[in-house]
Amino acid sequence: MPASDYQPVIGLEVHAQLLTRSKIFCGCSTEFGAPPNHNTCPVCLGMPGVLPVLNRRVVEFAIRAGLALGCTIRKTSIWSRKNYFYPDLPKGYQITQYDQPICEGGKLAIEVRGEEREIRIRRIHMEEDAGKSVHDPSGGDSLVDLNRAGVPLLEIVSEPDLRSSEEAGEYLKALRDVLVYLGINDGNMEEGSFRCDANVSVMRKGTAELGQRTELKNMNSFRFVRQAIDYEIARQVEVIESGGKVVQETRLWDTQRNETRAMRSKEDAHDYRYFPEPDLPPLHVSDQLIDSVSHTVPELPRAKVRRFQSQYGLPPYEVKILCAERPLADYFEACAQHYRDYPKLAHWFVGELLRLLKEEGGSVSTLRFTPVQFASLLGLIDNGEISASSAKEVFAEMFRTGKDPSAIVSERGLAQVSDSALIESLVNEVLAKNAEEVEKYRSGRKQVFGFLVGQVMKAMKGKGNPALVNELLRKKLE
Amino acid sequence: MSASELSELTLLELASKLGKRELSSVEATSACLARTEEVDPKIKAFLRVDARGALAAAEASDSRRKRNASAGLLDGVPIGLKDIFLTEGLETTCGSRILEGFVPPYDATVVKLLKEAGLPILGKLNQDEFAMGSSTEGSAFFPSRNPWDLERTPGGSSGGSAAAVAAREVFGALGTDTGGSIRQPAALTNTVGLKPTYGRVSRFGVIAFASSLDQVGPIARTVGDATALLQILAVHDPRDSTSARLPAPDYLRELEGGVAGMKLGVPREYFVEGMDPEVEKAVRAAAQAFEKLGATIVDVSLPHTKYALATYYLIAPAEASSNLARYDGVRYGLRAKSAKSLREMYFQTRAAGFGPEVKRRIMLGTYALSAGYYDAYYLKAQKVRTLIRQDFTAAFEKVDAILSPTSPTPAFKLGEKLDDPLAMYLVDVFTLPCNLAGLPGMSLPCGFTRAGLPIGLQILGKHFDEARVLRIGRAFEREHDFHRRRPPL
Repeated sequence: MPASDYQPVIGLEVHAQLLTRSKIFCGCSTEFGAPPNHNTCPVCLGMPGVLPVLNRRVVEFAIRAGLALGCTIRKTSIWSRKNYFYPDLPKGYQITQYDQPICEGGKLAIEVRGEEREIRIRRIHMEEDAGKSVHDPSGGDSLVDLNRAGVPLLEIVSEPDLRSSEEAGEYLKALRDVLVYLGINDGNMEEGSFRCDANVSVMRKGTAELGQRTELKNMNSFRFVRQAIDYEIARQVEVIESGGKVVQETRLWDTQRNETRAMRSKEDAHDYRYFPEPDLPPLHVSDQLIDSVSHTVPELPRAKVRRFQSQYGLPPYEVKILCAERPLADYFEACAQHYRDYPKLAHWFVGELLRLLKEEGGSVSTLRFTPVQFASLLGLIDNGEISASSAKEVFAEMFRTGKDPSAIVSERGLAQVSDSALIESLVNEVLAKNAEEVEKYRSGRKQVFGFLVGQVMKAMKGKGNPALVNELLRKKLE
Repeated sequence: MSASELSELTLLELASKLGKRELSSVEATSACLARTEEVDPKIKAFLRVDARGALAAAEASDSRRKRNASAGLLDGVPIGLKDIFLTEGLETTCGSRILEGFVPPYDATVVKLLKEAGLPILGKLNQDEFAMGSSTEGSAFFPSRNPWDLERTPGGSSGGSAAAVAAREVFGALGTDTGGSIRQPAALTNTVGLKPTYGRVSRFGVIAFASSLDQVGPIARTVGDATALLQILAVHDPRDSTSARLPAPDYLRELEGGVAGMKLGVPREYFVEGMDPEVEKAVRAAAQAFEKLGATIVDVSLPHTKYALATYYLIAPAEASSNLARYDGVRYGLRAKSAKSLREMYFQTRAAGFGPEVKRRIMLGTYALSAGYYDAYYLKAQKVRTLIRQDFTAAFEKVDAILSPTSPTPAFKLGEKLDDPLAMYLVDVFTLPCNLAGLPGMSLPCGFTRAGLPIGLQILGKHFDEARVLRIGRAFEREHDFHRRRPPL
């Protein structure tokens, strides 16, 4: 049977680090990049006698995610211990949620090839991250850094509703966008603050029987997730086609060889011996808390995209760019309060603002100029006071210094010249000097017009009002 | 005042003399140190004496008293701590090789409270390893001995604490009680031991055995002394999420209220076959004494008592198997030197670091939590635990408190039960239902056997009703002089 007769079935488990300032069960900082074992205390080091105290902010963030993804928030949820030995797991168990997670039963809409699909979310739960082990490749010591131990995580588990690596990729992106929009995760896959495991199986089309699944790990970019899933689908089809059976196991994506490798089989699977965490009482969530958190859920990416298209009449391409990050979208809306030509504004955002941010660094939140200044710059163009090319120069300086656009215009002498007597005399000079081109124009080779405009502008050091220059030149030639 | 006169003072009597400045804390602390030097080679209650730290604290206390700036009623009263409490800068082993040489970076909340209240800490007291045991024979270092008969155990796991108090080495001590580890040694040494309600005293910085059962409490020579110590400990601790927010009453003020009009239950299930007849006789006599004091004795039933032992030995080891996973050789404590791989490091470290009883319970608990067994063992045990709690709730609708023996027998001989873990577990049959239900319980002296061994009376109260438990105990103590008897050392 060809591979196209098989239907891939994929479910994703995402681990997202929460952007709280302190860890989930102690007051240590969650800051990334501190010297090893700097952000630690007896609690997150798993010293004898220590006890966890829940960071309420983590609960708020979990509820925020749950509400944004349409989940039911459990009024009472339970903490559990997941027991296993590993040097970067200080207590020998991870405090997590097992059979009564805080959020259940949500959904996330994705768009694949113009078609919208809803992917069901099974559950979201809170847990603590482990530390990091660093292995000396030469076979020497292993070192442990516990800065990350106790950093709060949300685990978001989808139902096996995804049917291709492409859908999996879209789901991941959509989920990341939501979490970043909610301000609870930074979405950084490379640094590991947004991580993904995939459960993959294939089934024969037309049958109802699900195939045996494998779990894929170690995919730290969107590209690797797609590659690993595609590889795994092909591998499973090949195993079945050659008369074999897919075995339940955990496989690692090998970025060197571009293949998945078996890590441990079902027989070697840990028995985590989950049981309710006796050091933490059940977590009760009041209606009042849910209500107050619901006010912190912002407009989500897809809703924002739809609104930008209808409210501002912008093309999909630009809307997608503007809405990719909440601060940029918010800044656009702040500018739109002061400037009504939205397509032009969007054009400047996508063309100039993002270019400068990319070239010169910085972020929307640290811009030196105000939306009012941005709007007034565009107004100067509309009023013919500066040319579009000068405006770019002014904008670049606003970007660097935060100076008022009109101040920059007068300092740099960029104001456009609209004195028709002056322009007319310069046009006459140019025509006199370029008799040959004038002859060509009059004999029908109209393309020399641009050259003549350029000569006038050059004589005016680029400050001539282009509309006026065009008009006067054409009048003289005809 | 002579050294022996001084050591016969109760903790509250000493506090009163310190308050009147008839005695200094340095004198009291020095007397304890001298007494310890004299008798502890026989008793072996202390794992570690911190003479320098205790004397420095005593001097600081005396200087506060001189400035009329005392830190409280017990400022300057020297006490001892079971080695389960983390003490900053002072080695803490929990009776285990795996923590030998471990110097904690912080103080347990209760240690902090005692230090803030000005009590000099004489040192760390012996215990069964990780509080698992009823005789101190489980200590990785040595067993402690009962001051009433040096061939016998002082009980456990807080046996060092009870023995030190009984031998007049300290005026009071702190222990922990997971299934009877304060009350049973108190009963066996003629001292008063109180296990407060679960959540009444902070567990932060107390090395965990079974988190849902562990509770900290005092061991002292009188009910009043235990009361005064409880007053310092019963504070909400934001670092312990199971710590009660309920403010503690003024326990000492309510202490002398008597028992007139109270209903005291005697559960029929607590008078079982195989119980020492002298123990039964003493406890029945105590019940009669309460009647004379104006209480009514009521027959009550706690029908699920017979399942308590099995329930306890599923829940406690299950929690312990997880709590003890952190002793892996990675960050502190023992690490096997010759290990060549991570697995070897784990296996060798834990094989060398834990004693046989600890290993037994880790295996029991691991098994009870394993996939396929969880429902039949751990989950079932939790359900039975609920039934046991409900037994007490029903009984407390009829009575104000419950009376029973603390231990079915007086102190047994060292070595007697060492090869029979089940016999050792049965020692706690009357004490562990109280932990499963999270109730306060106290043991106090109520008589002696013909052979001169102490017998303990257990009083169980409603949740957070420590004041009443203490008041009942005090009413009995006022009419008897068992607590004044001195061990023949």
